This record gives sequence, structure tokens and C-alpha cells, in this order.
Amino acid sequence: MGKILMKGCEAIAEAAVLGGCRFYAGYPITPQNELPEYMSVRLPEVGGDFVQGESEVASINMVYGAATVGTRAMTSSSSPGIALKSEGISYLSGANLPALIVNVSRGGPGLGTIQPAQSDYLQATKAMGHGGFRMIVFAPYSLQEAVDLTYNAFDYAERDRNPVLILIDGALGSIKELVELPPMKELPTEQAKWQLGNPTGEKRVARMLTSIYPEAGLETLNRTKGEMAVAWGENDVMVEEFLLDDAEYVVVAYGIAARVAKEAITGLREKGVKIGMIRPITLFPFPKGSFRKLDYGKVKAFIDIEMTVPAQMRDDIALEVLDRAPIYEYGRSGGVLLDDDGVLEAIEKVLEGEA
Amino acid sequence: MEQLYKRPKCIQPMQSGYCPGCLHSLATRITAEVVEELEQQNNCILVLPVGCSTMGLLYWKIDMVGSAHGRAPAVATGVKRCSKNSLVFTYQGDGDLAAIGLAEILSAANRGENYTVLFANNSIYGMTGGQMAPTTLEGQKSTTTQKGRDPLTTGYPMRMCELIATLDAPKYVARFSLHDPANVRKAKAGIKKAFETQLAGGGFTFVELMINCPTNWGLTPLDSLTYMVENTIPVFPLGVYKDVEV
Repeated sequence: MGKILMKGCEAIAEAAVLGGCRFYAGYPITPQNELPEYMSVRLPEVGGDFVQGESEVASINMVYGAATVGTRAMTSSSSPGIALKSEGISYLSGANLPALIVNVSRGGPGLGTIQPAQSDYLQATKAMGHGGFRMIVFAPYSLQEAVDLTYNAFDYAERDRNPVLILIDGALGSIKELVELPPMKELPTEQAKWQLGNPTGEKRVARMLTSIYPEAGLETLNRTKGEMAVAWGENDVMVEEFLLDDAEYVVVAYGIAARVAKEAITGLREKGVKIGMIRPITLFPFPKGSFRKLDYGKVKAFIDIEMTVPAQMRDDIALEVLDRAPIYEYGRSGGVLLDDDGVLEAIEKVLEGEA
Repeated sequence: MEQLYKRPKCIQPMQSGYCPGCLHSLATRITAEVVEELEQQNNCILVLPVGCSTMGLLYWKIDMVGSAHGRAPAVATGVKRCSKNSLVFTYQGDGDLAAIGLAEILSAANRGENYTVLFANNSIYGMTGGQMAPTTLEGQKSTTTQKGRDPLTTGYPMRMCELIATLDAPKYVARFSLHDPANVRKAKAGIKKAFETQLAGGGFTFVELMINCPTNWGLTPLDSLTYMVENTIPVFPLGVYKDVEV
């Protein structure tokens, strides 16, 4: 299959279907409406089901219900809507249920703006809901990468019996790019061990899925989830290390910001500046290793570039860098987009010691 | 000698933890009897919400999922749409269904989701210790209406059967009471009709069961039944509000 031109939200929707998604529930919110619209047409074609929920809260709980009977289920929303889903995402994790959540983020806090922003990093990586659970958070920077990550997202979710988050911003959701779509995944033919419902009528012990536990059971769950998050750090980190080998200046950026930064870095390299970039693809687990292997005798400064103000990833960077090099930050926020000139100017200020 | 009365097999062989005289136990029992009479014990999924009804997780021996407060109809929507041959039902209290879960119950009913909602109405929040519910009677005392519910500031008892019966999609909407044996038999028949309608692919069915809360009403079990007859049932008239042939 050749490459086809697709819009971000639609490419993610199609990749989810190809990856096995057979149930979607969501509530309209800009800038991600193309995703449910696409699903409303596409899912019935593959024997799946689409529900426009009465709210974000209802939608995430429909996904929870679909997941209990072993269906690959997803929802999507944008920042304030994701906040509304956070309780349900916590219940998914608490009940050990897989699901895919997509946040096409916009500016905040509050109603904020419908324009793109990267203001949900802290929410996504630290506390996507109450109770201290974590999720794998993928942050693609191109539509092809979004397709590839979405396609495999259910495999992670089912491996871990835990929800997975894909975080893009409204700009990536709205642009069109050429993408190559993978083939339709074969759905598992065997019932999962925990799956509710008994279509074959076999004699078996009744099953229960819930996020309420006796104290000892909940503590065990907390430990297990904690160990799982540590294992992600060892096995599942995804990162692009761009021109880092001899870098004296290291940009750290993800998603749309990394795209803009890459342009600036490429231009500066042509002028002989030794600059590179760490681009986390998994925001959680954070690519700590990329920072640990740097030669701090050589690195003069880090520049954290995000489409939000103040920068939110900075604390994670600082935990790895410690005081071995200064960390500068540059961002635009509130729905104002990063542009090439602004990013280049911000980096040049650091190079010239004026930041 | 023929055994006429025994514990349904889909209920755990243990004592109920519900308060003495609480009709939640009876509601659970007659529902279990219907499940077995229809031979659905290996083919049903019960969605339990938050409240005293959550304790069903301890008592049932069927597939179950615990959901967030008020969200059982949304969860059941996902369950039933992805497991169309299962008998799916929720068992929700009045705080759960008529307050925090109002959007979910009305929207699920309006979509005509093909599952059954069993609604246990005791006019109070039981699990949290007796606060006012949307269904609390005018003048009825609760821990948040200590001088009695004042409609001027807290509104009037909300009647869910009547609300849901205004919608086009629901197929069977009825209110029963569990305060005496004759009414228990009617309630059981109503639950059975709702389940049969669902199994026939008919659509949304809603059965309200009037129950008591001796503990939080501050009454003995027997007095709580008299209170139901004299006060609760006149406000929540029993009967079938909608019955569409499927």
C-alpha cells in the first residue's frame, strides 16, 4: 500500500482501527472532532461500534465497559475534556483494564482556547487521574509516527492491562501529511483470562472487575503498578537522539515543538554550531538514559523548547542534568504557535550568552 | 419432601451484610431467582455502581463489573454493545442514579440501549450515612436536611419512572415495591419481563424497586415498612409507566 494524504486526527483514527480498535466513545470538543467523526463511519464497516456519549465522563465509562468484555476500545478528547475523563482513566487503571486515550491538546487552563498548545505535559506524565497510577504516554511529532504508535498502542495496553495515552497538540491533529498505513491487525481469537461475558456458555468461576479492593489488595495493586512503571523505564523508552554525538548545546523538545526545533538545529549545524536534540517519544517513561550518557565536560547548555509557558518538562530534564549545565527554556503559549524565527532567535541568544 | 425454598445458586452462601430489615437483600434475592429461572447465570454481566448497592460485589456469583458513582449506565452501554448476547443489567440506588448519574441514565434510556436498569429507591443516601437524595420526601429528615426537606431550597422528590417514560426509546418502565409479599411477587414478575424483553433484543427496560432504609430513616424494620406505605408510595405511585410490545 502506497502513501496517502491524511489529516492528523483521521490518521490516528484509522491507525487505531487497523490496530484492532472496535469500540469508540467520545464527546465533541475542538480541535479533535475529526476523530469521532471518522470513527462514526469507519467502525461500523469493520463490525465495531461508535457511540457519541452524553459527556466526556460518560464516554470514558463506556470505554471502561467495552474493555471489560475484551474489546479494544478508545476515546479521544482535548485538554478540558481529558480532565473530565481523568476519573474514568483512574478507574481503568484501578480495574486493570486496557484502553487507548488520545489527547489532542489545546491551550489552558480553564476553557483556555481551541488553539493548539502543549500545556498538558504535567497532567499526562505525573497524574492523569487520582490515586498515583501512571500510564505510558506517547508523543509523536509526525503523522507517520502517530500512525505507527497508535497502531501498536493496544499491544502495550493489553500487555500491561493499563490505559495508554497518545498526546499530540491541535496542530498535529489538524495538519495533513503523507502516511503509509499498516495492514489490519488480526484480533486475538482467544478470550482474555479476565474477560467478562461467556458467549460459549462454558462452566467457569464467575469473574469480577472493579477498582475497589480490601486494603491489603489495594496496596498490592499499588506496588504492582509501581513496579510496572519501573519496568517501562527499562524496556519501553522511545527517544530520538538527533546530532548529539558532539553536541555542546542540547535542545529538548517533543511533538510539534521538536519539529520546529529540528528546523532551527539543522540550520545552525550548517553554520557549524555543535547543537543537537533529545526528543522524547515516550514522555513517560522519560528517556533518562539519553541525558545520563552525555559528556557533561562538553555540554554547555540545555534549551527546553515547549509550546507552553512556563515549560513543564523542565523538572524532568533538571532531575537528570542536576547542576552540570544550565537549562534555558523557550516557549509560546495560550494557542500562540511556535515559529521558526522565534525558536532560532531563542537558541541564538543562548549561544551568544545573552539568555 | 419437595424443597420449595432455597438459596439461588448465583448468590454466595453467606450472610448478607446489609442492615437488619433492609430490602436490598430481598431485591438481590428476587433478581437472582429471575436470573436462574431464565437460566442466565452463566450468561449475565451485572454492572454495580457506588453506594450500598456496591456490596452486591460480595454477594453475587456471576460476572460483575464495579463502576464509578452514577456511571453504571455508561459502563453498561460499553458492555452490552460489545457483548450483545449477554444479559446485562445495572443495580443502582437513588443517589447514584437520580443525582450524580442523571445524565447517564436519561441518555442511555434515550438511546434505547438494550439492557436493564434495576433502580432501588429508598429516598436517601444509605452508604454515606443518610444524606438527602433527589428522592427524599418533602419534610423527610436526613443528615443534610435535619429539620426535614424544604422544597423551597432543595426541591421536590424526583420521579424517575415518570421522567423516563416520557422518552420514546424505552420499552418497559415500571415501579414496584418490596414492602409486602404480594408486591414482592409483582416486582419479581416485572424484573422477569424486563429481562425477557432485553433477551428478545427489545431495548431499554427500567424497573424501579421501592425499598426502605431503617438505619438512616431511624425506624425499626417493621415501622420502616409502614412508613413506606403511608409516606413513600403515595409520592411514588406504583405501576407500569410504559410497556411497548416488542
